[in-house]
This record gives sequence, structure tokens and C-alpha cells, in this order.
Amino acid sequence: MASDSLQFEQFKATFFEECAELQSDLEQRLANLSAGSHDLEDLHAIFRAIHSIKAGAGTFRFTRLVDFSHKFETLLDLLREGRVEPSGELVDVLVRASDVVADLVEIAQSGEEAAADYGADVLGEIEQLLGGAPTTAPTEPGAASDGGPAEAGLRRYRIDVAPKPSLLRSANEPLLLLRELKGLGQLAVTVDTTRLPALHDFEPDELLLSWRLELEAECGEAEIREVFEFVEDECEVSIEALDAHDAPEPAPSEPAQAAAATPGPSDPGPVERRKGGRRAEDPKPGAQRTSSIRVDLDKVDKLVNTVGELVITQAMLAQQIDALTGDRRARLMSGLEELSTHTRELQENVMAIRMQPVKSVFSRMPRLVRDLAAKLEKKVRLETHGEETELDKTVIEELADPLTHMIRNSIDHGLESPEDRVAAGKPAEGSIQLSAEHRGGRIVILIQDDGRGIDRQRVLAKAVDQELVAADAKLGDEEIDNLIFAPGFSTASAVTDVSGRGVGMDVVRRNIMNLGGKVSVQSEPGQGTTFVLTLPLTLAVLDGMVVTVGEQKYVVPLNNILESFRPRPQDVKTLVNGGQVVRTRGEFTRLVSLARIFDVPNATHDPSQGLVVMVEADGGSVIGVVVDELLGQQQVVIKSLEANYDPIEGISAATILGNGQVCLILDLDSLEAMDRLSGPHDAAAAGLAEIETEGRAAGPADDPAPGEHKDSESGR
Amino acid sequence: MEALQTVTTEQQAAVAPAPEGEVELPAEAAQAPGAQTPGDLAPGDLAQFISFRIGEEEYGVDIMAVREIKGWTSVTKLPNTPDFVRGVLNLRGVIVPIFDLRCRFGMGETEATKLHVVIIVAVRDRTIGILVDAVSDILTAGSEQIRPVPEMDRDRQERFLSGLITVEERMVALIALEELFDSGTIAAASGQAGEPALAD
Repeated sequence: MASDSLQFEQFKATFFEECAELQSDLEQRLANLSAGSHDLEDLHAIFRAIHSIKAGAGTFRFTRLVDFSHKFETLLDLLREGRVEPSGELVDVLVRASDVVADLVEIAQSGEEAAADYGADVLGEIEQLLGGAPTTAPTEPGAASDGGPAEAGLRRYRIDVAPKPSLLRSANEPLLLLRELKGLGQLAVTVDTTRLPALHDFEPDELLLSWRLELEAECGEAEIREVFEFVEDECEVSIEALDAHDAPEPAPSEPAQAAAATPGPSDPGPVERRKGGRRAEDPKPGAQRTSSIRVDLDKVDKLVNTVGELVITQAMLAQQIDALTGDRRARLMSGLEELSTHTRELQENVMAIRMQPVKSVFSRMPRLVRDLAAKLEKKVRLETHGEETELDKTVIEELADPLTHMIRNSIDHGLESPEDRVAAGKPAEGSIQLSAEHRGGRIVILIQDDGRGIDRQRVLAKAVDQELVAADAKLGDEEIDNLIFAPGFSTASAVTDVSGRGVGMDVVRRNIMNLGGKVSVQSEPGQGTTFVLTLPLTLAVLDGMVVTVGEQKYVVPLNNILESFRPRPQDVKTLVNGGQVVRTRGEFTRLVSLARIFDVPNATHDPSQGLVVMVEADGGSVIGVVVDELLGQQQVVIKSLEANYDPIEGISAATILGNGQVCLILDLDSLEAMDRLSGPHDAAAAGLAEIETEGRAAGPADDPAPGEHKDSESGR
Repeated sequence: MEALQTVTTEQQAAVAPAPEGEVELPAEAAQAPGAQTPGDLAPGDLAQFISFRIGEEEYGVDIMAVREIKGWTSVTKLPNTPDFVRGVLNLRGVIVPIFDLRCRFGMGETEATKLHVVIIVAVRDRTIGILVDAVSDILTAGSEQIRPVPEMDRDRQERFLSGLITVEERMVALIALEELFDSGTIAAASGQAGEPALAD
């Protein structure tokens, strides 16, 4: 008994997990709809989600949830049958209805009781829409004559249910179906046991019962049919409307219980008719449901590590076998190749477990934008890009709060009111772009608005006021913009006084930094503001270029590499202060020698003897990294160094190469800073400017094609 | 020295009834409170130590901290780290830093060969490896056998030792791993680059 109730609790927990998944899908689909999508698939998905929630709720007797989702579902059904036109207001109702469903789920989960009139307003709207439905577009004559839900009053149906013997094996429980029907109205059930064999032939997992049901309810036939939606393939169902209202019944069906015997299979006619209908456009309602299990992240990590070891062991074996000779070598080799295919596949799949598309956070944002825009009476269009960008689940979870905060900020403080926008010559509808991409082993999330930008004067004044900067400080534009992240700057009073941004931006920055990330802001007065979030992928795969310096190997994130080349000796200039620059296409780029800043012995110091890898750091600056050789590109697993050691400047993480050796991944941003700090050439920038003018002047003389310069410069 | 000599004889007497075989009793190891430093042991408690050599000196670490012992393999150097940080190693998918204990004690870098040994230990929540010449023994000692480090020479090294045990005329210095490879100490050590870390 105890184990039964335990099991029941487990089922319940599963139901709520499923609800969470369904709701996240629901949000996504609703966002599509409100973005003006007319994809029927979206509607179907919403319908399925609500339907599944309803079905589950029925099982656990969450009556409020069942009742509400039932009405909601009816509306959706009309919508997907094209009997109600999707419009802005309608989508709005859908969004709010899904909110109510979410709340009801939550209430059910917490075991509380919802307020009696909770969701009544939305329900009222739905009912209003339902009431108006058949008149708007009475398209399907067949369905309409079956009686749309608008035709009030009790209706009677006779339903013959004859499941195939295999129904139970597909984990369907007819009892639940009957209960759901009972939820629709008065139900009288008669069971037909004639197919039951004698006890010694009895197979417990075969269902040999069939039922005749008499239902008295206010619903339409479609609703009854929906109850059987998931068992349609394994169950013959015929539904017959007996008579509208209270007129006498047709001859064959005597008052309910008496008419026990004849089960459905003998009467296949209506079944066939039904099958042709709605099913055609909605092939497999259950097939698209996502299913998942919950696994402890530690377990996944262990798996990832073990697979990594497997790959390395295999590489070692390959080396050993390679040293063999003769027949056996060939046979072993082919076996090993097969093994390596499997391992690679295994590795990819295992890696994929922890990674999730950032979509799960992004999909929450359209709602936020919608609500806020309505509240603040602004018009906002949200565009998202790169939702499929994957990052670690833990990072995704931590990302939601700061992202919400920043978007709220953009709408509240960044975007102007429609009138102001029009006055400024901008479209009344403001735009917010949310995008994500992988860049150099990190994920970069951009939040761009086309609002008024940061009012630097007022920000600066405020900062001076609050003694965050000295009154006579000379700050660059970017420095002023980034003042909004200063702790203490963004107090509530600052927000209302300063028309710029600032609600708790320091909190946002702290959150992001706790994740090992960075946040910065770029703003153009009158043009808009861009927030740049850079986050690490605690456990991600990185496309890297393996380079050698002396006997050391390093991984350069491939995404940051612009080009690599061996410069001619005359293109490398050593500045007075010891720093080096290289000239490509008329531009000078600072060189950073890994051999020097990492103090690697036996490395090439002369760039014209080695290679220069031009990289663009996340900060946007371009430097030339001097290495000995490129070994080739490779996907590497990022491993934290910090777990067992301290952070090392210039190194972002480590990875393990095929031979089992640890290889360090370069942190390009800090490389540049290191060079600036450690090099004997403090005045590198000044020297660079010097030589640049000198180089330009000398350009035509020592370069045969000065025209090219112009092109490449103007191209930048 | 005189005092030490006395300790030695005393301890020999204490160790004598425990033959070598007993030393390897794993059950005892399980009972020994691993997280405790030897000084925390209540009287009568037994603790086990892995002892190893660096040159002629013998040192010991609490066996409960030891995760595994493996032969030396080449490591990947970390840039701009103190000399005693030999680099990092791939230990079944985990990146583990390897410290050269000889170098840490200011006796110069170890010329590591395949015969050298890396002892993987857990220190606080980190896993690190220490490079030593060879592992020599497993020792069982009661709390009363563990002597405090004499303070006479005021050697800075003493901070990194948690006690001394004498076994059969050999003196084994117990290493306080937490002190030795604390991130603060490493940072301090890397600050004074060039200076031999602990030599006088």
C-alpha cells in the first residue's frame, strides 16, 4: 500500500516535470504566433501541450486545471480547424490563458487551493470567443452539424469502445479514458465481457473487454473524440449522437444499461468515416512530445571524462599497432578504425548531453518584452539570433536573471516612447536584438537596442556627484558608458534622475562575473546601446588550432584566428622600446611573442623564421601571435585549470590532446594585456603610431602596389 | 641532537611490537581519521603514512590524503609559474598540477626519470601531484610517536612540516600539504621569482 502511494507520488512528480517541458514548448510556440507565424504546426503543438496537461491533470484530479485547460483546448481546436481567425487579441488571450495554466500547475504542485475566481476573466474571454465561433466561419458542415460547442444544452451520445487486445501493452489505461469522459458529463458505462476466455487461457496483458457508454453532456462530438486521441490506432471507437435535447431516443438503443451486449467492432462504419477526417492533417499527436530523464550533472561529467580517456587510450593503441608488421597489423588496424568511429560518435553524443541550446533562456524573453512594452506603453520588436548556440546547462540556468534584467533595462531606459522616436526620425517601434554566438571558446551574447543611447554627460555628472570619479577626471566615452556598472552608481534615485540606464547594473555585472564572464557596454548617442556579455563554456568543445612554441604546444581558439603567415623580414619592425610590429597590406599590427611572454626555451624569436597568427581578441583588438609552427586544427574539450590550480595569466583553460598530453588554451585578451605590461616597451602604442606615419609616408617607395593599401584601408 | 636520540630509542621500543605486516592493514587505515593532521590525533589513535625519499631525506604524508601513486611521465609546463611547479598532467581526464618537492624545499630541480614517482594527493578540495624520488614504506604510528618539529633552527621549512616520526633509526618528516601548496603560498613563491623558494 505504502509503495503504491509512493509510486503515485512519483507519477505526480513526472507529471509536473512533463508540464514544465510542455510549458517551455508552449511559450516558444506562442512567441512564434505572436510574431505573426501562421504555421499550423505551432497551433498543433500548443494544442497537444494543453491537451497533455489536461490529460495528466485529469489523472491526478486537479479539477481546476482540467476545467480550465479544457476550455482553452476547445478554443485551440476551433482555431486550428480554422473556425476562429487568429488575431492579435486572440493571441493575447492565448498567452494569458497559458499563464493561467502555468499558475494552476504551480498551485496544483504546491498542493494549495486556487482562489475560486482565479482565471475567471480569461475564462470569460475564452468563452466569449467560443460563443462567437461558429458564426465567424461555419466552414465544416460535417463538424458543424455534429453540433459545435456553441449549441448549448445537453446532448446524448452513445459511444462504443472496442480496444484491441494489445492496448494495455502500449501503456494505455482505459479506465483513465472513461474517467475523462465522465468529466464531460453524465456517463453510464456498460462493459462487455463476452470476449473473455476461460481462466486457463487468460493472458493478463491482453485487453478483451469492450464498453458501451452513454454520455449526457454539453460538449461536441469532437471533444469526445479527443479523449480517444492517443489510442485511436489501437481502439475502435464509434460515436453516435443519439438526439439533441430531450427527444425520445431512436429505437435500437434502449435506456443505457439494458442495451449491454453488442460491442463496437460489428459496427465499423462511423469509425472509418472518422479516420479520414481530422487525422489527415494531424498525423501523430503523441509523437512529437519530448521526453527526458533527469540525470545528476556529476554523472554526466564522469561519463565525459571516461569517454575522453577512452579516446586517448585508443590513440595509444593505434600507435602501438602501427609499430607492428604483417597480416595482423592490417587486421588490427581495420578493427581499430571501426572502434574509433564508434568512440567518436560516443564522444559527440556524450558531449551533447550537457550542452543545451541557449533557446531555453531566449524563449522566455518574448513574453517579458511583450508584457513590459504593454506596461510602459512602448512598441518593441524583439529579434533573436543564434538560439541554437549551445552552452553548458549550468551556465544557461544562471543566465536567465541577468538577461532578464538587461532586457528590462533596455526597454525601460533605452527605448524612447513611440512619440519621441517618431520625433527623432526613427520608426515608432523600437527594436531589441538578442543574439548569441560562440567566439573563442566563450559564448558572446549581445543585447542591442536602437534607443537613445547613454546620456554620457549626465552619467558622468552623476558619477562625480556620487564621488565615483574625480571631478576633474578625463574619461573616454567608453569609460563613461561603463560607469553604469560601477557599484553604488545605480541606485534607484540615479535611475529616475539620470535618463540613462542603471537599475542594478552592478548586480548584473556581479552575476556575470560569478559565472566567469564579462559584461561591457557600447553606446552611440541617439543610435542605441549594445551590451556585450561574454561567458565561458565551463564544459564545451572548442575548435582550436594547435600551435607549437619551442617544445610547448598551445591551442588558439579557431574562431579568433583571422589569418596566419610567415612575414618577410622587411615587414617586421622592432620599435625603439623593443616591441615588434608586422606590416600586412599596409597596416601595422602589434606582435606578441609567446616565447617571450611565456618564457619558453628553444623557441623561434624572429617572426620571419616562425609564423604570425593574426587573431582578433574578444575585446576587438587585433594582435599577431608569434609561434613556431601550426600543427593543425582540432576539436578539443575544454578542461578547467582552476579546479586544481590557480588561474594563470594568458591561459584560459586546458585540454587533452590525442596522445594524452595536456595542452593549454590561450586567452587572447589577456595576452595582449600581458605584453603591454611585461614587455620592455611601455610606449608600444606611441611607437606604433610613430612608425605607422613613417610607414605610410614610405609606403609608395617600398611597396609596389600602393593602391592596394587604399582598398584595404577603406574596407575596414 | 641528544634530545632527538632519546626520542628515537623510545620510539623504537614503541614500534618494535608492531611487525611490518601489520603496517599494511587497510582496516586500520579506514579507521584513521584522514582529514586530521597528525597533531589532532587523540592519544592511542593510530595513523598511517606513506613515506618517500628525496635524496637522502625521508618524508611522509598521511595515507588518507593519497589518491594514487604513479610513475613519472612528462608534463605540460605552465608559463610564468615558480620553478617547483613542474606543470600539469592528465589524470584520467582531470588536469592535475605536479609539484617538485625537492625544488619546493630549495634543493634544486629534480632530474625526473621514469623511476621517479608522483604521489597524487588530495589537499583541501584540490587534487595535486608531488614529485619525489621513490616511495619507501607505509608507516603506522600512534599519536604519541609523532614528535613536534623542533623549533631550534627557526628554519622556514618547519612551517611545512607537521611532525617527525622515527622508525628504525630513520627519521621521517611529515609534510603539511595544506601549508606547502596553499594557493597563497604559491602566489607568494611566484612573486619572489629567481630566489630559491625555501633555501636559507
